Amino acid sequence: MGHSPLLVTYHLSPITYDRGLNMPSSITSDIIKPPAPPFGGGFGGGGGGPDGRGASRRASMTGLMVLLAATTMAFAAFTSAFVVRRGISNDWVALPLPPIVWANTAILLGSSLLLELARRSLKTGRRTGFNRYWTAGTVLGALFLVGQALAWLQLNKEGIFVATNPSSSFFYLLTAAHGLHIVGGLSALVYVDVQALRLRLGPGKRTAVDVSAIFWHFVDGLWLYLMALFLVWG
Amino acid sequence: MSAPVVHAHHAPEGFIRKYVFSLDHKVIGIQYYFLALFSVLVGMSLSLLMRFHMVHPDAKVSWFATLWPTAAQGGIMTPELYLSLMTMHGTIMVFFVLTTAPQSGFGNYFLPLQIGAEDMAFPVLNMLSFWTTFVALAVMVAAFFVEGGPPLSGWTSYPPLSAVGAVSGPGEGLGQTLWIVSIAIFCGASLMGAINFIATLIDLRCQGMSLMRLPLTCWTWFVTAILGLLGFAVLLAAGVLLILDRSAGTSFFVPGGLMVSDQILNHKGGSPLLWQHLFWFFGHPEVYIAILPGMGVTSQLLATFARKAVYGYRAMVYAILSIGFLGFLVWGHHMFMSGMSPYSAIAFSVLTMAIGVPSAIKTFNWIGTLWGGKIRFTTAMMFALGFVSLFVTGGLSGIFLGQPALDLYFHDTYFVVGHFHMIMGVASIFGMFAGTFYWFPKMFGRMLNETLGKIHFYATFLGVYAIFTPMHYLGIAGNPRRYSDFTNFDFLGKLLPVHTFMTHAAYFTAAAQILFFFNLFWSMKYGKKAPINPWDATTLEWTVSSPPPFDNFGGQHPVVNHGPYEYSVPGAPRDFIMQTDPVDVAHAE
Repeated sequence: MGHSPLLVTYHLSPITYDRGLNMPSSITSDIIKPPAPPFGGGFGGGGGGPDGRGASRRASMTGLMVLLAATTMAFAAFTSAFVVRRGISNDWVALPLPPIVWANTAILLGSSLLLELARRSLKTGRRTGFNRYWTAGTVLGALFLVGQALAWLQLNKEGIFVATNPSSSFFYLLTAAHGLHIVGGLSALVYVDVQALRLRLGPGKRTAVDVSAIFWHFVDGLWLYLMALFLVWG
Repeated sequence: MSAPVVHAHHAPEGFIRKYVFSLDHKVIGIQYYFLALFSVLVGMSLSLLMRFHMVHPDAKVSWFATLWPTAAQGGIMTPELYLSLMTMHGTIMVFFVLTTAPQSGFGNYFLPLQIGAEDMAFPVLNMLSFWTTFVALAVMVAAFFVEGGPPLSGWTSYPPLSAVGAVSGPGEGLGQTLWIVSIAIFCGASLMGAINFIATLIDLRCQGMSLMRLPLTCWTWFVTAILGLLGFAVLLAAGVLLILDRSAGTSFFVPGGLMVSDQILNHKGGSPLLWQHLFWFFGHPEVYIAILPGMGVTSQLLATFARKAVYGYRAMVYAILSIGFLGFLVWGHHMFMSGMSPYSAIAFSVLTMAIGVPSAIKTFNWIGTLWGGKIRFTTAMMFALGFVSLFVTGGLSGIFLGQPALDLYFHDTYFVVGHFHMIMGVASIFGMFAGTFYWFPKMFGRMLNETLGKIHFYATFLGVYAIFTPMHYLGIAGNPRRYSDFTNFDFLGKLLPVHTFMTHAAYFTAAAQILFFFNLFWSMKYGKKAPINPWDATTLEWTVSSPPPFDNFGGQHPVVNHGPYEYSVPGAPRDFIMQTDPVDVAHAE
């Protein structure tokens, strides 16, 4: 089942191309002309040229960084609550991590890797490669979410619920908060993927590619951090 | 240097796109402003009810019984009702007025204009941010209409009271849940707003608008956005924990063995202090979220109406930045009473005193700006001067409260109420009044009435001092805060005349606001037509028509050649040089 979207990918690109919709030259090198404007330019310049595209691209990247700062703060708050709550009382019982989270971790890392391969393909103009890798990365991202749900089910089966112990409260809370970020990231990945498969990934969409990939890497790193937290203090 | 390109964008035509779900930062700014106006009316009405109850605790008022059939049975307000009014007054004022109008209202309208941008960086996010705030307000107001009424736990919502549900009192059921949900939604809205402000200021400044040429208003909006970003993220996290404690049976904040209303609760091991730490980590920066934009407006206005450059512009910028930074390190001074280690208390106390340094720099520079200036006493200027006065008065009492030994005595008295109303409440409100009188011509294309404005200023200025100065005296005399009724205590009986005086001062001040509202709405329609630059000011918003065109600069890209406060420059043809004037305008010398 998980493979059928990939197959669709392969067929969709050439067929759409054959209809001659909007891509002028060869499949493999037709995507990034003109090249995306650089992120640089920075302070004081503003404006970013007559069409404002450079500025909006920079602003998107700034906005992303600011968003990541906010997410970091929220998880820092959760962490401090975690540490304080664990240290302050004697009712903390270590939580046995459901084994599937290890598989989930591998899946999430894999998806980040695939997205990075996709971006590299795009840089060298290989659109088919981009579509293939990006779709695979997106599918893995969705799989991670399914895996996390299975982890909850495993805990449920063992009779460990949200209110069972502070350790389980924090596990459910942090996985849920992280899962919400995954859902947000995933919708960005799907958006980019749909655009790519419909051959609408013009230069203007490069920002969407970069922003969603960087956000995904961040959420990936966040998960590694949470795993470390669960292992060391959970 | 690329030539300016004329590429005008036109406003959308449909009513909904133009006025309701508008993407135009100017419309969104006005939407925020009116949301805050509505909220301030609600908040002010609640405070009048509270002041009435404090001096007439046994009065039977028939329409109380109509409004609150259970909480004011027979027309007599219960203490619980008083507490719920207090909670909603604080919450609505702090979140939907002080956080909303100076930053999201004026900031949205004037940040893009002052930096020479066509709009905010993310217009859709901007629109979502406003409507999310609107939903948050609707949810908050809904708490008035649910069973049990609004929550009792104050704008700080300390657990266990806020965490254990309806068992702890009316309003602690659904009302408290709505409160947390509303605040969580508000956090989301503020985060969206902060992302927009920061990205806009960093990336959309026009050519020549370097950081050190930014008007100080832009600096304060920028730092406020950073504070909001970091603070609201933490409050959101804390709110999630609180709601889990209430609805999922977790024990983050509720300690074990707690007995409430003769019931032993099922929670165990949580820490109420954890909430206080998380809350005040947000709550203290929130104070600066409320006051910083007022500081920016004040700096702007003092320079404009004293016809002088802001004294020590760079020092002002660094003071804003250090207030923002230090603001995150002092949350513990709200918790001296919590039994924290005296060593921590000393650390928080020293850091709190340290904030006095940049605050004093700002005050010193404001006075330096006025020194030797040709002051034009417009209503806007008078409110800016009023801001300085209130900031100093409120700040001085903060020095008392920053001492752990004194705070132990003052903490639960009216001294604190007087302090934070002066500095966080009224000073910020004066900043908003100043901003309203200054920018109204640009926003609505007409001037506010100066005579009405001045009467309103004097009445408000005297009124707020008459309300809040006696509170310091009450606090020193030991009058506890949050009590709904002082008549049953011998030692407080003698203070009742003071309360009566304050209540009358509150009626007077509230009545004076009718002048403001009348002035606002009357002038919108019948005010004198505003020219492009009625105040002879220098910043970019005064280079475009009043109100500005849809895309702010008519498709032009402004080029900035001057700092924001070049007033009375020798050799210049006028006593002000606009930021867009040619480079050599002052070289006639």
